[in-house]
Amino acid sequence: MNNNIDWKKYLIVFLITVSLFLTASYVSNYFSNQKINQLKSIQDKIAIDILSSETQFSLLSELSCKNISDSVFSGELGELGSKLEWSQQNLGATEEVSYLQKYYSLLEIKDYLLAKKISARCGVKSAFILYFYTTAENCSECERQGIVLTTLRDKYPELRVYSFDYSIELSAVKAMLKIYKIKDTELPALVLDDELLTGFHPIDELEKKVQESFKLQETKPEVTPKKILNPQIAP
Amino acid sequence: MASISSVIFYILIFLSVYVQVFFFVTFLENRKKIVIRNGKIKLAKYPAVTIVVSCWNEEKTVYKTVRSLLNLNYPKNKLKIFLIDDGSTDNTWNILRKFEKYPNIKVFHKENGGKYTALNLGLENMKSDFFGGLDADSFADPESLIRIMSFFEKDPSIMAVAPSVTINDSKNIVQRAQKAEYHMGIYFRKMLGFLGAINVTPGPLTIFRKKVFDDLGSYRHGHNTEDMEIAYRMQKNSYKIEHCNDAYVYTNTPTTIRKLYKQRLRWIYGFVNNTIDYRSVLFKKKYGNFAFFTLPMGIISVISIPYLFGRMIYSLGDFLYSKITVLNTIGFHFTIKNFNFDTFFINMQSFAFLIVLIYFLIIFSIIFGRKMTEGKWGLSLDVIYFFPIFSIIAPFWFMKAVYNTILSKKPAWR
Repeated sequence: MNNNIDWKKYLIVFLITVSLFLTASYVSNYFSNQKINQLKSIQDKIAIDILSSETQFSLLSELSCKNISDSVFSGELGELGSKLEWSQQNLGATEEVSYLQKYYSLLEIKDYLLAKKISARCGVKSAFILYFYTTAENCSECERQGIVLTTLRDKYPELRVYSFDYSIELSAVKAMLKIYKIKDTELPALVLDDELLTGFHPIDELEKKVQESFKLQETKPEVTPKKILNPQIAP
Repeated sequence: MASISSVIFYILIFLSVYVQVFFFVTFLENRKKIVIRNGKIKLAKYPAVTIVVSCWNEEKTVYKTVRSLLNLNYPKNKLKIFLIDDGSTDNTWNILRKFEKYPNIKVFHKENGGKYTALNLGLENMKSDFFGGLDADSFADPESLIRIMSFFEKDPSIMAVAPSVTINDSKNIVQRAQKAEYHMGIYFRKMLGFLGAINVTPGPLTIFRKKVFDDLGSYRHGHNTEDMEIAYRMQKNSYKIEHCNDAYVYTNTPTTIRKLYKQRLRWIYGFVNNTIDYRSVLFKKKYGNFAFFTLPMGIISVISIPYLFGRMIYSLGDFLYSKITVLNTIGFHFTIKNFNFDTFFINMQSFAFLIVLIYFLIIFSIIFGRKMTEGKWGLSLDVIYFFPIFSIIAPFWFMKAVYNTILSKKPAWR
């Protein structure tokens, strides 16, 4: 009977298993870093896009809106939003991810301000929604509101949705919360044409409001708008 | 902070990887010892062997079973065949009586008492030094017995030799899935044989020295898995069990998911309860790898298979819930989207690599098991059926076996 236990083998197998675990976690980390780097490079591109658009806008502010090119709005903000959300869920709330999240919020605000300026000056058909949600607690209404906004954004490419995590530690976002007087008990909250909407709002209601917002824009065109917008983000 | 659930998950993944690596290392150590004999062999001596076929309502298969025994390449005067009708209510008894005319066949009829009672009747009447059973739904390869007996000839310390049980005929998807699983089982049993840690001496044609029963007593009920109980008892008494990989026995397998479920429920219930009965063996050095590897490995599967399945169901439920939320929130709003595949969204968490590794090692065991039985390298299509069918159904018989054990509910034989 083979009753002599080969302890060495048990130990070797243990070491092999441990090294397989370490290898797996090394490979996993490697890919996580690759993803973070990818996010960073998207953010850099967006930052350049926004800066370039701002500069272009300043340069041409005295001239006609005809000169505003198709590329003034950064198209990658939506892609970045969904990738960041995935990273938060799958890579864990690491420092790097939360840093990227802050940077993303800043870029959103800058994009919002610029897009609003261009839209007002050149009468581009567009509507803007600022959307505040929370991840700090289980907010099922936020989840549903996010779905509504994503659907609307897919349907109306001219609609730009900017989403902000209520609990993010960023002074610019906090300033926005103050401006619009948003309280954490009223989440989800939306700002559309300076009107504050709290709690969940169904798709039909929001769709009407978005269409009205488009009409407002259309009443004061300076030039024929070019189709310059890309679908934007939702959480 | 990692949640308790994640910690349990990673511990179970670690143990599963450990088990698979242990098997693989055992394979690398012993691969040269695995011999597959193709032709006929001869023995120096042909000891007398008694083989018992216990039948309970086996009218469809028993004729072929007995014919396979009569075709064994073993001297007829050294092979005694007992056909025992365990109170069948169909035509089995009439079929058995047709074999009465053979001088080396003896036919018995008894009241139904379970397979172990039929085997014990055989033990009471035997006069040879070797004893074996053959389930009435299985057929022995002509060279199987002589190859098994060659193990006893070369090593007097061997007390039992288990054959390679493979599938007789795989007609449908359920049977083809089992074929891949049986190939895997042959590989694992061979490796357990090298470790001296086999925990089942299968009903189809395991041959024992008579001394086993003289010393340890006859068959017991063993929670309807008498072939497992006797192996546990032998391990507890340090009786050596070997696996003869080139002795083939073909068995009929369940044709439907329902029948498969019932059979496996009985096996796993048997494993759980025999392990409970023999718990004193666990982690005792004197019982060797059986106590440190086979039993813990079985316990790990009983825990990890339902647990991992539960996690899978939870994720699936979560996914469905999110889809239902979308539907409830916006109704049927179909918008055309670009479904561009982005590698960014592929899960690269460490467990994903480890699970892929486990799958690779399992596929290797199926390939090598097939090589040992069919002599062919390569992966058959059966694997495609094996993974989905067993991943979905197996957790249920594991959970039910544990549930039945807790409630002391005994599963039926069929």
